[in-house]
Amino acid sequence: MEKIIFYILSATILSLSLMSVLSRKLLRSAVYLFGVLTAIAGFYFLIGYHFLGAVQLTVYAGGIVVLIIFSILLTHEIDHQMPTPDWSRVAVAGALCVAGAVMFVQLLQGSLFSRVEAPEQSDLNTVGNTLLNPGGGGYLLPFEVVSILLLAVMIGAIVIAKQRHSVDNSSPEKQAP
Amino acid sequence: MIPGVSLIEILTVSTLMFFIGVYGFLTRKNLITILMSLELMLNGAAINFVAFNKYLYPGQPNGQLFALFLIAVAACEVALAIAIVINLYRKIKAVDVEQVNTLKH
Amino acid sequence: MEGYAFTIWIILLPFLVFLVTGVLSLRIRPQLAGWIGTAGILVTLVLSLLTAWNYFSAALPADGGWPTVIPVNYTWLRFSETLVVHMGVLLDPISIMMLVVISIVSSMVHIYSLGYMKDEPGYARYFAFLSLFSFSMYGLVLATNLFQIYFFWELVGVSSYLLIGFYYDRPSAVAAAKKAFIVTRFADFGFLVGILLLSWYSGTFDFLALNNPDGAAIAGAASATFMGASVLTWALVLIFIGGAGKSAMFPLHIWLPDAMEGPTPVSALIHAATMVVAGVYLVARLFPVYHMSGGAALEVVAWTGAITALFAALIAITQEDIKRVLAYSTMSQIGYMMLSLGVSGYGGEEGLGYTASMFHLFTHAMFKALLFLGAGAVIHAVHSNVMGDMGGLRKYLPITHAAFLVACLAIAGIPPLSGFFSKDEILAAALHHNPAIYGIALLVAGLTALYMFRLYFRVFWGEEKAYAHKPHEAPLVMWGPLMVLAALSVVGGFIPFGHYVSSDRQVMAMHPEMSIAVTASVVSIAGILLAMWLYRKPSAVPAQIAGSLGSLYQSAKNKFYIDEIYMGVTKKVLFGGIATPVAWFDRHIVDGTMNAIANLTAWISSVIKGMQSGQVQQYAVGFVVGVLGLVVIFIYWLKF
Repeated sequence: MEKIIFYILSATILSLSLMSVLSRKLLRSAVYLFGVLTAIAGFYFLIGYHFLGAVQLTVYAGGIVVLIIFSILLTHEIDHQMPTPDWSRVAVAGALCVAGAVMFVQLLQGSLFSRVEAPEQSDLNTVGNTLLNPGGGGYLLPFEVVSILLLAVMIGAIVIAKQRHSVDNSSPEKQAP
Repeated sequence: MIPGVSLIEILTVSTLMFFIGVYGFLTRKNLITILMSLELMLNGAAINFVAFNKYLYPGQPNGQLFALFLIAVAACEVALAIAIVINLYRKIKAVDVEQVNTLKH
Repeated sequence: MEGYAFTIWIILLPFLVFLVTGVLSLRIRPQLAGWIGTAGILVTLVLSLLTAWNYFSAALPADGGWPTVIPVNYTWLRFSETLVVHMGVLLDPISIMMLVVISIVSSMVHIYSLGYMKDEPGYARYFAFLSLFSFSMYGLVLATNLFQIYFFWELVGVSSYLLIGFYYDRPSAVAAAKKAFIVTRFADFGFLVGILLLSWYSGTFDFLALNNPDGAAIAGAASATFMGASVLTWALVLIFIGGAGKSAMFPLHIWLPDAMEGPTPVSALIHAATMVVAGVYLVARLFPVYHMSGGAALEVVAWTGAITALFAALIAITQEDIKRVLAYSTMSQIGYMMLSLGVSGYGGEEGLGYTASMFHLFTHAMFKALLFLGAGAVIHAVHSNVMGDMGGLRKYLPITHAAFLVACLAIAGIPPLSGFFSKDEILAAALHHNPAIYGIALLVAGLTALYMFRLYFRVFWGEEKAYAHKPHEAPLVMWGPLMVLAALSVVGGFIPFGHYVSSDRQVMAMHPEMSIAVTASVVSIAGILLAMWLYRKPSAVPAQIAGSLGSLYQSAKNKFYIDEIYMGVTKKVLFGGIATPVAWFDRHIVDGTMNAIANLTAWISSVIKGMQSGQVQQYAVGFVVGVLGLVVIFIYWLKF
């Protein structure tokens, strides 16, 4: 059963990824991306990491994709159609990606991974304790660093996106939408 | 562990997803779609973390935590990128990377 | 040996004056610089005369030879236990004689310059350079060793260069200064190699050790041979090349006539009386070594001197520029001194040539300085160097005329003026050694009288020219030195020179030989009479003679084309044969390599610049290619 679900998820992820990359309509592309992210969240649930799956759904699918869609709506017409990329670019990128994928997948086939046997500990308790543990093996410092990063990004995003009055405030169409 | 699914299968999926992201990154011209390709690549990496955690080190949650941090950083990145996109759009009425080459000078 | 420590101030004082006037030349009034310079040189004159008096009035040592005194000997550079370079003061008869000559002529020139250079721009600079020259010249003659003499040798070269180029806004003066410096520098290369050879084999620079009559120091150099002659001979010939360059011996003489571009008092001091005889002094200084090396080196000296004397005298007859006549005359007279040294033996009567040479150096310095200063007075009066612009000046310049006449008679060798005595001794020495050289010397004596009186009659007699303004006698500061030098030219010959200066330091009695004296005087008077017949009244005879001599006259007038030969050699051989290929190599191979590197860099950077397109995705392609390349290299190829 899980095996079938995994294959379905995998197929969804790969096909939606491809469509998201190939689609000529921006908004559709974003929706495909939303599908990919959701499928990944499903994969997390499948593997048993419920907290991670929940975060993936809320932050990625709920937050980031919405942000992307907002920005698309702010900058483009909804039915805006992107031109097809020139064939030389497609050829180079395609060749590189196919070569890379073949190489890595081929490498994977020969790889031997050794498993460290231990009782499964994937509940939220362990995650929370490890995340907020200031001692050995804890992630309190990166946690705080990420929080400061988030603050900095908030300020930075506001500063960057803010209307600059000193720059060209004479043109009315430059007013923030 | 998903019964009947090996680690290598998961990793193959994530690798393919990563290279699909790379393809998008290289071919697209629109900044927003490039950003989306980037998300694909990031998620491919996140799947790797999670799969390794689950299959090789089930006793500790480090892979999950990396995936968590990755999501946080991705959120930051997207927020900043969107700010830049909007600013750029205001300046040059486009979000085409080929027109953003002032770095060269 | 005590009591000569003050002699160091003879060297140092002009140097201090040079520093003071040189550094302050733009700050102080020019007259003050002139007075400081003159006062300084007068103090050294007093000190020099005091030194001479102390030295020559002291009782002779038991062996009857004049001693060598080294009152100051500062160790400057210590190469090894034996090879040490000193800076010091060496007093012996010839260095004291040179001291006296330099200090007298230099003082007279300083005083004269106060008037002559008046109102010239660069007056203070002029006196600073004169002091520098005096310092260098004193250091040269008082040197205790070859290294010190070389050091000061170059310094006099520099000060000569500076003074020839005094009118540096005149291209001809700049060219002349460069020519003098390059030619003498070229000769000094020979000098340097000679010094190195000699010191390598003897292990010492000191004159005292080198000149030791037992020959111990130079034995090594004398026994080693190179191309059929001993190394000692080679070294001495090379050193003589240095001396020949400084003393304007043929064929290194070409700089001296051009050096007349400098101010006339400078010509009197440097290019007539003192610096140009440095070569003679150098040979005299090393004379025992020259003698001990066997005859070859001295033979070179003698023939170079004789050829130069004849050659310069012939050119002097044809020149029109009053200072150039005097310049060639100087060359001729220095040739005389050289040939006299070359024919000399060592000790007793044999050493007559040495004494005669030094004697002639002394008397020549006086009357040649007088001639130049007199010429300066004439030039000052008529504002021209060319004899064609002069004539009948005896009415306007009575004092100059009298002094000039005395000098002409002295150089021509008319008894009882000083030139007669010294020239007579040279002729006697030449006759005893080598009749061929005697013949040349006698001919030159006649030619000397001819060209000097040609000059004299054309300037002071002959047809009176239409002068722009009436020529007037020079002021007291200018004719005063003329009088002093004229007096010395008259009485200088009566100094019993052999008593003081001789090759082996022993007192030597000189007794004029009647036959030679009469012959020389007759030849000189014949020259004078010929000049009087040709030039006293304007006549067409000189032109006819010149015409009948044809090519000989033309080539003499053109200085036997030596300059042209030099130019030809330099242009054809050096420039065409060596410099042009070298320049081509430099331009195409050396520069070409550099340009190729630069072009390659430019090409690479233009290629790299293309990579930096500002297109993020192109960078990403590069990045991906790089990562995949690393994977291929490390995993598939190197199989980690």
